[in-house]
Amino acid sequence: MPKISIEDLKKIKERERGRMILREGNYRAKITVHMGTCGIAAGARDVMTFFRDVIGQRDIDDVILTNSGCAGLCAKEPMITVEVQGQSPVKYILVDREKAMRIFEDHVLGGKPVEDYALARGSETAAT
Amino acid sequence: MCASPYYRMQIMICAGTGCIASGSLDVKAALEKELQKRNLQDDVQIVMTGCNGFCAAGPLVVTYPDGIFYNQVKPEHAPLIVEEHVLKGRVVQDLLFKEAKEADRVPLIKDIGFFGRQRLIVLRNRGLLDAESIDDYIARDGYAALGKVLNEMTPEEVIEEIKKSGLRGRGGGGFPTGLKWEECRKYTVFPKYTICNGDEGDPGAFMDRSVMEGDPHSVLEGMAISGYAIGAEQGYIYVRAEYPLAIERLQKAINDARDYGLLGKDIFGKGFNFDIGIYPGAGAFVCGESTALMYSIEGKRGMPRIKPPRSAEAGLWNKPTNLNNVETFANINPIILNGADWFASIGTDGSKGTKVFALTGAVNNVGLVEVPMGTTLRSLIFDIGGGIPKKRKFKAAQMGGPSGGCIPEGMEDVQIDYESLLDAGAMMGSGGVVVMDDMTCMVDTARFFIHFSVEESCGKCIPCREGLKVMADKLTDIVEGRGEEGDVEFLEALGKHINSASHCGLGKSSCNPVLSTIRYFRNEYDAHIRDKHCDALVCPELIDFVVVAEKCKMCGLCYRNCPSAAVVWEKKQIAHIDKEKCTKCRTCIQNCKFGAIR
Repeated sequence: MPKISIEDLKKIKERERGRMILREGNYRAKITVHMGTCGIAAGARDVMTFFRDVIGQRDIDDVILTNSGCAGLCAKEPMITVEVQGQSPVKYILVDREKAMRIFEDHVLGGKPVEDYALARGSETAAT
Repeated sequence: MCASPYYRMQIMICAGTGCIASGSLDVKAALEKELQKRNLQDDVQIVMTGCNGFCAAGPLVVTYPDGIFYNQVKPEHAPLIVEEHVLKGRVVQDLLFKEAKEADRVPLIKDIGFFGRQRLIVLRNRGLLDAESIDDYIARDGYAALGKVLNEMTPEEVIEEIKKSGLRGRGGGGFPTGLKWEECRKYTVFPKYTICNGDEGDPGAFMDRSVMEGDPHSVLEGMAISGYAIGAEQGYIYVRAEYPLAIERLQKAINDARDYGLLGKDIFGKGFNFDIGIYPGAGAFVCGESTALMYSIEGKRGMPRIKPPRSAEAGLWNKPTNLNNVETFANINPIILNGADWFASIGTDGSKGTKVFALTGAVNNVGLVEVPMGTTLRSLIFDIGGGIPKKRKFKAAQMGGPSGGCIPEGMEDVQIDYESLLDAGAMMGSGGVVVMDDMTCMVDTARFFIHFSVEESCGKCIPCREGLKVMADKLTDIVEGRGEEGDVEFLEALGKHINSASHCGLGKSSCNPVLSTIRYFRNEYDAHIRDKHCDALVCPELIDFVVVAEKCKMCGLCYRNCPSAAVVWEKKQIAHIDKEKCTKCRTCIQNCKFGAIR
């Protein structure tokens, strides 16, 4: 018996949409820490730990914290992407704990992107 | 009224995974109905587009030619859009995308040169998915291509599709992938194998690593499809042991895919069995060569063998074997899902699709970039790479690693495709691009690459094992001031011999760095040999360590930075270097802002 069918694949896609597409889920924001070898070498683990701690300490349950691979701009790692519901995602560069704190307070919780550390907004995967 | 091919307006509806999930197909149906009701179907064309990337605001609708961007469109908005926008030309304000005020000051990603000029096919999921989540990959159309080929296509059709797409091997050689698969399918000896080459040994290259750690499932899916096409049930990923994160994530991906039944027996109930194992290499450069790689998996010493027979006929354990590079495999899913024609529409006549480059060296935006074939080197270095740091001058770009060559200043407009790069004396290679500024000595660069090849030569054939050593010694003589008239001619002759008489591809291309630097920078070799001077101030033995009085601004930076107190300086006085104390460490040169030390 095969374990999986094409229909199962579609169901997984459907199920994941809440997490992939913020508006569909009950989340107010998603933080993606880019953790390729370059990001990790530049300190991404520390940034990840920081977010995990602060989310845990404050008992916040509507912010998704996830990781992803290299965002491409290795010279500016650690990079993170913050997406707040109803706004386009914003990429931050050269993030450390201090910057992460401000990004968390102002952008993730407050909805106001931190212009000083932001590289750009929008998503990279442009129309094909 | 007959159908007119000329539309007054186009309505683009996003048909990316995200927008379809949030209902863009219903929006399409509603808009079509509304247009028909008003008999506008021949005036207004509805086009379904790929993912816009802004899934959070979907379903997205963009109108052309006016470029109005509506978000979160619902089927019930269709009458409003048609009535107001299409008929009366008034923008429906309520559906416009509104950005938070503060965010307006943050530039758009498409306006940032680094991102705006890239085209992501291989890196389509970069930054968007958790590399350790198979569900994330599936949510981004992962394994849909495997489902499609198993359910709808014969192996021959898959091969035909890949052939038609024009995809060529991304490992360096550029052999057409479809032909490779076809050749391997021909042989009726079983079992067969398909291998992913993730050995990536070129200095400065990290494309494959990034794909393996960032999107491991895209590699597995490409391998499974190749297995189906050639008739293999077992795949191996040969990945260098220096990539622990890649190995970890690939292994997790393989385990998850097995749990879901996307690897293993009877995948999708179509009777196709396929599994993948990881084989960590020990970091020998030569094991990136296909036959050496296969020996290495067999547990033998990694050395290339004579071809024929080609691997397609007798490869791993003497069975028909297909071997492709990581990036090649990562291209397969989009080609199957979007079609060969789509892929073939990107790039140049001979080189289709995109290429991922690892941009390193003297360039502002060190990183990983993916551009359509045919992009110029200038665009790669200046638009995407952000130019040379510290306002220095571009001197050359080394492409293709130790097998490649340099492309000098003045040739920045060379197109990046397999043939153009070969004509320019470099090669596509696996995609490492090392950018060099005017502080780079080309003789020293050539020596670096030859030294690398000496260390990595497997020693099987004499031209590579002995010839490269002689070449390295000669280059060392030149950079240390023992160069003689005739050395350049000697290097040229020796290089041609090694390139023509070596056994494998690595030896055959090992002298390219020397030959291409002689071709473009002969004057630097001559300066090293005749004037005993390194104009780029890199080779310590060929620097005078003298302050040029006319250029010295008396700032004292050399004095303050010299670690051996060899600089004599006082305020408003020209600096002077004490030869007795100077250790030729070049710290003064690196710190002088006026180029006053020669």
